[in-house]
Amino acid sequence: MNTRILAALAVAILAGGNAYADEGRRFAADDATWRAECGSCHIPYPPRLLGAASWRGMMAGLDRHFGVDASVDKAAAARIGAFLERNGSTRRGADSAALRITDTRWFIHEHDEVSAATWKKPAVKSPANCAACHGGAERGDFDEHAVRIPK
Amino acid sequence: MSSPRFLLAAIGLAAATAAATVGAATPADFIKGFEQSARQADPSFAGFSAARGQQFFRTRHSDWACASCHTDDPSAQGKHVVTGRSIAPLAPAANPERFTDAAKVEKWFRRNCNDVVKRACTPQEKGDVLTWLAGVGK
Repeated sequence: MNTRILAALAVAILAGGNAYADEGRRFAADDATWRAECGSCHIPYPPRLLGAASWRGMMAGLDRHFGVDASVDKAAAARIGAFLERNGSTRRGADSAALRITDTRWFIHEHDEVSAATWKKPAVKSPANCAACHGGAERGDFDEHAVRIPK
Repeated sequence: MSSPRFLLAAIGLAAATAAATVGAATPADFIKGFEQSARQADPSFAGFSAARGQQFFRTRHSDWACASCHTDDPSAQGKHVVTGRSIAPLAPAANPERFTDAAKVEKWFRRNCNDVVKRACTPQEKGDVLTWLAGVGK
């Protein structure tokens, strides 16, 4: 009886601050315009992966976005920029203005067990291709227990 | 003044106006628009050609062609050449959402022509390409 109460309590505490839906985890921070515009050529990278300064730099150079023109109209840019800055990372080091998520210390640390060969697999191609191993990346789910590295 | 027919006509007119102002359109509407612009730019404009459009679409103008992402067959699923992201078919017959939103058409021509052709596409080029796309899979 005690174990059951304890278990119920644990579930309640863990589920309490959870922003995730029942069918699977969803973006903690979400915006329709951001998802539509910033998810058209790659998965929409969650805002928490970079700090506000990085996002400002990103939005200021959208016409030279990692080698391509990713510019959007003024209204969309304002809305997306505000959303990204509001939900950007606040952890230490996030005040750098680095634009490449995969160059951040956080990302490198999270993936330090991934071999160079894995990144080169044709099904993966690059560390920017989150969805290759994170099946739920499309909806912001990067749960490491659900990682599947393709052959 | 309260006859149902009048009411129906009024609703119809309102809907049509709404659709027009929201920028909803068809591929034919865009082709017409490109034709007007092409004529303005060049009085000797001689019409659009699907063959020319297909050629333009498949030509590597830089490191890339339109086909690099959209593939040689615009009724097929495309794939982003850098990120691998899946791209819905471009041909209206395969994807009825294509070429129905003026803002979207303008945005994608602007960005993708900058990337692929390293400049804006001319109305002639856009009209040729859309003339070809509109006929694919029909």
